[in-house]
Amino acid sequence: MNAPALALVVVPFRAPVVALCRAPVVALCRAPVVALCRALALGLAVAACSGRPPAAPPVQPPAAPAPAASDQLLAPAQFDVIADRTQRSQALFVEASRVLTHARCVNCHPPDDTPRQGEAHVPHDPPVLRGADDHGISALGCVTCHQDRNAELARIPGAPDWHLAPRSMVWLGKSPAEICTQLKDPARNGGRTLAQVHDHVAHDGIVAWGWRPGADRAAAPGSQAQLAALVQAWIDTGAACPTEEIKR
Amino acid sequence: MTKLTVNGVVHDVAADEDMPLLWVLRDLLGLTGTKYGCGEALCGACTVHLDGRAVRACVTPMRRAAGHAVTTIEGLSPAGDHPLQRAWVELGVPQCGFCQSGQIMTAAALLAEKPKPTDDDIDHSLAGNLCRCGTYLRIRAAVRKAADS
Repeated sequence: MNAPALALVVVPFRAPVVALCRAPVVALCRAPVVALCRALALGLAVAACSGRPPAAPPVQPPAAPAPAASDQLLAPAQFDVIADRTQRSQALFVEASRVLTHARCVNCHPPDDTPRQGEAHVPHDPPVLRGADDHGISALGCVTCHQDRNAELARIPGAPDWHLAPRSMVWLGKSPAEICTQLKDPARNGGRTLAQVHDHVAHDGIVAWGWRPGADRAAAPGSQAQLAALVQAWIDTGAACPTEEIKR
Repeated sequence: MTKLTVNGVVHDVAADEDMPLLWVLRDLLGLTGTKYGCGEALCGACTVHLDGRAVRACVTPMRRAAGHAVTTIEGLSPAGDHPLQRAWVELGVPQCGFCQSGQIMTAAALLAEKPKPTDDDIDHSLAGNLCRCGTYLRIRAAVRKAADS
């Protein structure tokens, strides 16, 4: 098989340009260089007869772990594929923010005086208020109804010291970047160091409720221990906050 | 056996510690002034005091009350002459009356913390106590009257 024949095989449905493609190849090819010509012909035929310039080398996206299932969290080690320390820290926080932005968390981090309920964040029923100490108001405190554990028969969620997060700690409607900035700000994180933030995340009883919400409520993804590990890894990598553009 | 102090009287209660306090009060101790409404802490009919603070007895497990002082409508005033009870009678607040013991117990907890509440204070604190007869205006008036007395 000579080179023009090969070219015909490669582009059999481009008849109008076949003649044009054959001419230079026929002139170039002679027996001692048949093999080289075949290869050259193949390349020329594909490139010159395709109607497009040669494709540029593909751009590789930044290395990142594959997303976890919606009810799971990635482990910190899975972010080791991100070589840049700051980018790794940002990615760790974004993963942790899948818990921090979950309905089980943000419903008690409202921007106003009313806790929310459910996946749609509807105002609490009965209508209750934050009160001066975030534990409700006179004669209608959080613990008027909420117990130290879930009341399954009544579908009432419960955990020790049930209360709202302070007004300075608004999470509902906030982006991961905004929550991150807030978590690092002692004026808006209850005066906590990063180590104390981690301790709160790892051990607080109300935080733990997010994975044992009772009734038919969806639990936060992963587990409290997994979230604590992510937060620790985020701290260990410099506690970098994601930008608004960085999404999961 | 769980020791419960209800209206100043100590009771030894043989029941599961997770039994709702309302069941203990009504079925085991015979204190039926506290009413069963929704059973989900949504209506306030079962409101009693735990160390002076309002709780919904229908969702409060008995174990939470152990070692604390429980007060029901029967124990609010032995003579039934608490300022709220007098105001309730004077203004003819109840219609069917089913929710009224819960309303009074919530109002009493409010006045204990805020002796001179504003109308907003009253509305907000009693927002979790429903009255299907719609006596809210008279409830608010009676609370104000009691506060002024």
